Amino acid sequence: MLSRTADNLYWIARYMERADTIARLLEVGSRISLLPSAHGYRSEWDSLLQAAGLATLFARKYGDPVQRNIESFLFFDRDNPSSVASCLTAARENGRIVRTALTTQVWDALNTAFQELKQLERAERSTLELSRLTDWVMRHAAMVRGAIDATLLRDDGFNFLNIGYYLERGDNTARLMDVKYYVLLPRVEFVGSGLDNYQWTTLLRAMGAHRAFHWAYGGEVTAAKIADFLILNPQSPRSLATCAAGLVNHLGRVAKAYGRETLAQEKARELLAGIERATTDAIFDEGLHEFLSRYIGEAADLANAIHEAYLSGEMR
Amino acid sequence: MRLSVDHVTRYRYDAPVRSVVQSQRLTPSLFAGQKVIDWEVTVTEGRKGAAHRDGAGDQVQAWTIAGPLTSVEVRVRGTVETEDLAGVLRGHRESVMPDCYLRSTPPTQADVALHRLAETASGADSLALAHALSQAVSDAIAYRPGVTHAHTTAAEALALGEGVCQDHAHALIAVARLRGIPARYVSGYLFVSEEGAPHEAAHAWAELHVPGLGWVGFDPANRCCPDARYIRLGSGFDAQDAAPIRGVARGGTGESMDVTVAIQQANQ
Amino acid sequence: MSQFNEMYQGAAVRVPYARLQDWVATMPQELRSLKQAEAEALFRRIGITFAVYGEGGDPDRLIPFDMFPRVFNAAEWGKLEKGIKQRARALNAFLVDVYGRGEIIRAGRIPARLVYQNEAYEKAVAGFVPPKGVYSHIVGVDIVRTGPDEFYVLEDNCRTPSGVSYMLESREIMMRMFPDLFRENRIEPVDGYSEKLRRTLASVAPRKCRGEPTVVILTPGHFNSAYYEHSLLADLMGVELVEGQDLFVDGEFVYMRTTEGPRRVDVIYRRIDDAFLDPLCFRPDSMLGVPGLMDVYRSGGVTICSAPGAGVADDKAVYTYVPEMVRFYLGEEPILQNVPTWQCGKPDDLGHVLDKLPDLVVKEVHGSGGYGMLVGPKASKDEIERFRLKLTEDPGNYIAQPTLALSTVPTFVEEGVAPRHVDLRPYCLVGERIELVPGGLTRVALKEGSLVVNSSQGGGVKDTWVLAE
Repeated sequence: MLSRTADNLYWIARYMERADTIARLLEVGSRISLLPSAHGYRSEWDSLLQAAGLATLFARKYGDPVQRNIESFLFFDRDNPSSVASCLTAARENGRIVRTALTTQVWDALNTAFQELKQLERAERSTLELSRLTDWVMRHAAMVRGAIDATLLRDDGFNFLNIGYYLERGDNTARLMDVKYYVLLPRVEFVGSGLDNYQWTTLLRAMGAHRAFHWAYGGEVTAAKIADFLILNPQSPRSLATCAAGLVNHLGRVAKAYGRETLAQEKARELLAGIERATTDAIFDEGLHEFLSRYIGEAADLANAIHEAYLSGEMR
Repeated sequence: MRLSVDHVTRYRYDAPVRSVVQSQRLTPSLFAGQKVIDWEVTVTEGRKGAAHRDGAGDQVQAWTIAGPLTSVEVRVRGTVETEDLAGVLRGHRESVMPDCYLRSTPPTQADVALHRLAETASGADSLALAHALSQAVSDAIAYRPGVTHAHTTAAEALALGEGVCQDHAHALIAVARLRGIPARYVSGYLFVSEEGAPHEAAHAWAELHVPGLGWVGFDPANRCCPDARYIRLGSGFDAQDAAPIRGVARGGTGESMDVTVAIQQANQ
Repeated sequence: MSQFNEMYQGAAVRVPYARLQDWVATMPQELRSLKQAEAEALFRRIGITFAVYGEGGDPDRLIPFDMFPRVFNAAEWGKLEKGIKQRARALNAFLVDVYGRGEIIRAGRIPARLVYQNEAYEKAVAGFVPPKGVYSHIVGVDIVRTGPDEFYVLEDNCRTPSGVSYMLESREIMMRMFPDLFRENRIEPVDGYSEKLRRTLASVAPRKCRGEPTVVILTPGHFNSAYYEHSLLADLMGVELVEGQDLFVDGEFVYMRTTEGPRRVDVIYRRIDDAFLDPLCFRPDSMLGVPGLMDVYRSGGVTICSAPGAGVADDKAVYTYVPEMVRFYLGEEPILQNVPTWQCGKPDDLGHVLDKLPDLVVKEVHGSGGYGMLVGPKASKDEIERFRLKLTEDPGNYIAQPTLALSTVPTFVEEGVAPRHVDLRPYCLVGERIELVPGGLTRVALKEGSLVVNSSQGGGVKDTWVLAE
């Protein structure tokens, strides 16, 4: 397959997953901001922007983090390359470029999201509730994902789509968990408090995972259980373990189809091994933030290796 | 006259480039006025690509050089036996029709002043007119390096009244075309015998198509027709079209180039 | 001006359209609206949209589709087919000749200036004969009709004629919406086009190609107005759709960048202009092309379709001489006539044109898409005077033709069905063989009385039927 085609497919997946995460981030933000808080909602929204790596861009354009501006920035703002609108548009544009590598169902799902987005952009902002917007994004993300799983040929294109999904999802899970770090950082005494647990629960909700969590763990919500669920548990669909295993699987299928391994397969296996070796104790010993940052860095390295080997067209 | 050539072109890149592709016209033309004794073009770590002889009779050789690279060196070394044919390109095989060279290109686009200059020349026949035009250009543009640059047009050089061989050639091409004479740009080498002579060894001149004679070279920068001191490489509508090396680097930034040329009279 | 209606002769219905009479008469208004909406939804869904250069606006704009088909019977088509193939052969013979010895010029049948000083004449390919002696592999011939047996060629397109996707998709949509029509009428299929195109391209593999040639389509990218067409053709032919950045030259060949490493490319069906093909040969600032491509091409490592330089044959000034080419190269009389054309560059012609300006159509020699054009009878006094000035300033840049009474075909309009002017562009394939699918792109001027069928100027498209014998 053309490297550029593989690249487009990979980015369709990354953009769709990113749009989904941004919507979830907005959900987290609005729930956290409903809490009685020691530092006021401003700093919490700011934490959120920091976790998403968008604080500087936001500050440059809007200044202080006001909720309404943050919503616009994260949802509609075309100057923000990670906004929902930017991601959905880019995903659809990538889809248009490789239209013939997609099934009608996948294209329809991408195109419908884009066409509805244009309607939303035309609507009066005050009529749009945040929860409706975030639901809308998650629904369309699921539709695209579903169309891919249900209709696409299991060829190398399918693998590159999945590689994009798992890379982005792992990165996003790590970043969402890190919101906790930014939110709580100033006040160590909150650790283990009721407020702390409430925030963790909010996080789980945002990931659409609080029910699954309770089925899997039961009892009280603790940081250790959450870390286990979102990092180590291979049953959790968003856990780092699941994402790393997905990367190993799909990169392995690519290597098998092409009859050769690259640095990417090696790095993916290392990433997975690192998680499989870890325990919740070890993670908290290292520091959750440090552990997550390390994962984000290693995943970025892997992304580079994938780019070099397959997407850049430089392979000889 | 037997001339030896040592011509080195070095490209340097501030940031490494992924690859370089070049199309070169660095082989002496095949015609009665010159005979190659030995000739070699080397490109550091280059891979020879396709070669062909184009419609204008030029030998074209492609090169690809795989990166990452921070510099590329193209070196031309060889010996050529030349003969003075009073500028006439005798025995040169080509299939481009002379009429093609009546088209103007951006650097040879005529303005009012070029029109006026073209009208000042007169001659009993095409050959006499061609000489007169070359003379007119020599008179109108004094040789002076450093005042013009690679993208200076014929009109700009004429307005300045100064320029280098490229500007002379462009101006002569422009006025010749205005008078209905097909004209083209020629790149090559010039052997300069006297110490401190002004003109560059990597040289350029013009050829005008004269009925009965065919293509005839004129070098307004030196007020003469090419003789045994000249080695002809290739031709084109203008300097860019006739460039001995055209290349593209992929990725990377900040290309700089330097050229050294040494032409010497070789021992038999 | 009497206009030939392709369906009605007075009250009588012409034979090819006989079965459409009932169809349209019995179609209730609601059904019609429903079908029209369905057609539009289908077009939008498959993503066949049209972006007009420089006009801004909605990049996802659709070209209006008219459901009323345009019909030819077998005899009418037979004549067109012969005429088009004859023309395509002559145009290719001309190209081989003018890049070789130029016999037609030496024979004084066409002025040297028109060829050698033409912007589209590529000195870089002089002396080179492309595989099988074919320069133009897809010849789009624009034809208008003025009577039952009167067809005129308006212009030839030898570079990369577009619009064939509309021929294919219009048919798909018509078959889907009106299957009964296709049962009642015996309509020749057009869906063999992509296979024929693939075969044509494969048949001109370069000298150095071993085995089954790898064909690709080279597109300027997804911002191009014809991108949909590029991707449709790639998909139907099962070949890669590449951009310049996907290709590179290494050694003596061209390769594409794939996830498995470099893969050699033998035939490039390019949909970009000559000037952008190779920055080492043409425009040095081109980002769309492939550096070094021309050197590989000239040395037989890759075939470029259409061949660089093919444009000199479809120049509007050269057009006048196509009948002469038919006689000169083929020793035949042209089957299809040219529209009488005045070369404004010739003083006599210019005088005539300036006298008759309000009655004539004036076009730029290098223009396309209906831009830079004067339709005398439809133009205001001001426009005519503006053109008079342009003509006097740069006469060589213009040609003029009489305003033809283009035929009309019934077309669905607001008030029901009404005649609208049409033209026709069939696509002739030239490789080892010369082939023409029975059909083409019928463009229709949707504005009442308008003669401008260009999609950029309010034109629409129709399905074009050729009935089996």
